[in-house]
Amino acid sequence: MITSFKHRSILPGFGPTFGYTLFYLSLIVLIPLAGVFLKTSALTLEQFWNTITSPRVLASYKLTFGAAFAGALINAVFGLLVAWVLVRYKFPGKKIVDALVDLPFALPTAVAGITLTALYAENGWIGKPLAAIGVKAAFSPLGVVIALTFIGLPFVVRAVQPVLEELDPEIEEAAASLGATRIKTFRRVIFPAVFPSMLTGFAMAFARALGEYGSVVFISGNMPMKTEITALLIMTKLEQYDYAGATAIAMVMLVVSFVLLLTINVLQWWTRRQHAV
Amino acid sequence: MNSLIASKKTVAINLVRATTEPATVRWLLIGAALMFLGLFLFVPLAAVFFYALQKGAAVYLAAISEPEAFAAIKLTLLTTLIAMVLNLIFGLAAAWAIAKFEFPGKNFLTTLIDIPFAVSPVISGLIFVILFGAQGLLGPWLNEHDIKIIFALPGIVLATIFVTFPFVARELIPLMQSQGTEEEEAALVLGANGLQTFWRVTLPNIKWGLLYGLILCNARAMGEFGAVSVVSGHIRGLTNTMPLHVEILYNEYNSAAAFAVASLLALLALVTLAAKSFVEWKSRQ
Repeated sequence: MITSFKHRSILPGFGPTFGYTLFYLSLIVLIPLAGVFLKTSALTLEQFWNTITSPRVLASYKLTFGAAFAGALINAVFGLLVAWVLVRYKFPGKKIVDALVDLPFALPTAVAGITLTALYAENGWIGKPLAAIGVKAAFSPLGVVIALTFIGLPFVVRAVQPVLEELDPEIEEAAASLGATRIKTFRRVIFPAVFPSMLTGFAMAFARALGEYGSVVFISGNMPMKTEITALLIMTKLEQYDYAGATAIAMVMLVVSFVLLLTINVLQWWTRRQHAV
Repeated sequence: MNSLIASKKTVAINLVRATTEPATVRWLLIGAALMFLGLFLFVPLAAVFFYALQKGAAVYLAAISEPEAFAAIKLTLLTTLIAMVLNLIFGLAAAWAIAKFEFPGKNFLTTLIDIPFAVSPVISGLIFVILFGAQGLLGPWLNEHDIKIIFALPGIVLATIFVTFPFVARELIPLMQSQGTEEEEAALVLGANGLQTFWRVTLPNIKWGLLYGLILCNARAMGEFGAVSVVSGHIRGLTNTMPLHVEILYNEYNSAAAFAVASLLALLALVTLAAKSFVEWKSRQ
């Protein structure tokens, strides 16, 4: 049966490895995730709807989506800049800077959380000068944006970098010899070439930021209706043993995550296709 | 002749100028990029170590060697070891099946493997509470048989396995796909059996990619906070991992101790980045 399912090959081991892959995937990922759907189906449609649209939950969506979007946008702009500087220019310490860009992937989120809070609090190194000009960074929605900018920082840089590296300099030379200014060349030649990868990085940073918990809970202050993110609300409901409520909100976030996962796959396919032409 | 060379030179210089920016613009852009990275990366990184050592070496050493910190370190290492071994076996199996064979639904299966990266850490913990918690789907049965999963080691391990699930597989699948099957086929034709082929032919080819996946898996497993926080129950000395221990110390306003333990995790992050750069450099060779 296996030989008719897969194409002929003389390599051994398809049966056991394929079987184990499905078994382990089901055990760790698929069955536990299916539990969310099962648990949600215990609620009536009305209960479900009331839970996911209560004012406190709606306020948390607004903050989570807004701050995730703002953080991803900051990263899109500065990520492109950092990628550009790393690919095109030479400066001392460049290799170390390049390696450190991945720090948010390697640094545990709780460590990032307490450090950013200490730095951006009113008496912190960065928070103090900000407070002097009347900006409250930590324990406000701005604090959430700061944390989400930190954790999403590598995505755009790492998405744009390889595309910039492979950009053929001849195209830019051609644009220049045809009389285009540098700014025009950037706008009309370089930017369209890196745009799909920038958008991919943006979507990845946004998706990651939506679910983020560890770096945000310390800096946000967690005031209901004001600085409470959705992930924390799920956590709060769990601690009050409101499993059904927690699951209903988790369901909403899961659906959003899967839609974003699909979008990112389509974007990556678009980047590859643009690249192949 | 000389003027021809000279004019060629000016053309070349003009082209160089046309594909880069004036020095002032270059330094402005570099400055802006470094300023951004400084605010979000360099200053926070330096701050972890500064805050950790602020109250002197004695406080630092006491914070990382007290029994509860020690228990947290031990639990983190044990959890990480189990998660890494299990995800390594899975990654090898999945990559072998997906990269070396053709079958329908392959792209779909690859997408399914990526799912844990798309799920919020809190939800990654929640799914196991729903399944195994006291009011969970299997809760009553587990209670009857006196099996504890949530608020105990198995739950922490399960949540950690879930969040680090794709790391090894997603590193190996594209790598093994790009290498094709010819070398393995040659080994088999020459009389090697399946395991010999894997050990002698496949493994040497993928060792750097494998190591890369394991490094990333290790960093995430040791540092996971949200998912583990949901299933742990925060029992000091029993179910506290290092990141959870940091949280507790911080919430108790014991900031020096919190940053001391956090500095160990930051050190781990730096080692991870260095090892990652080394492996990238090695695999390019």
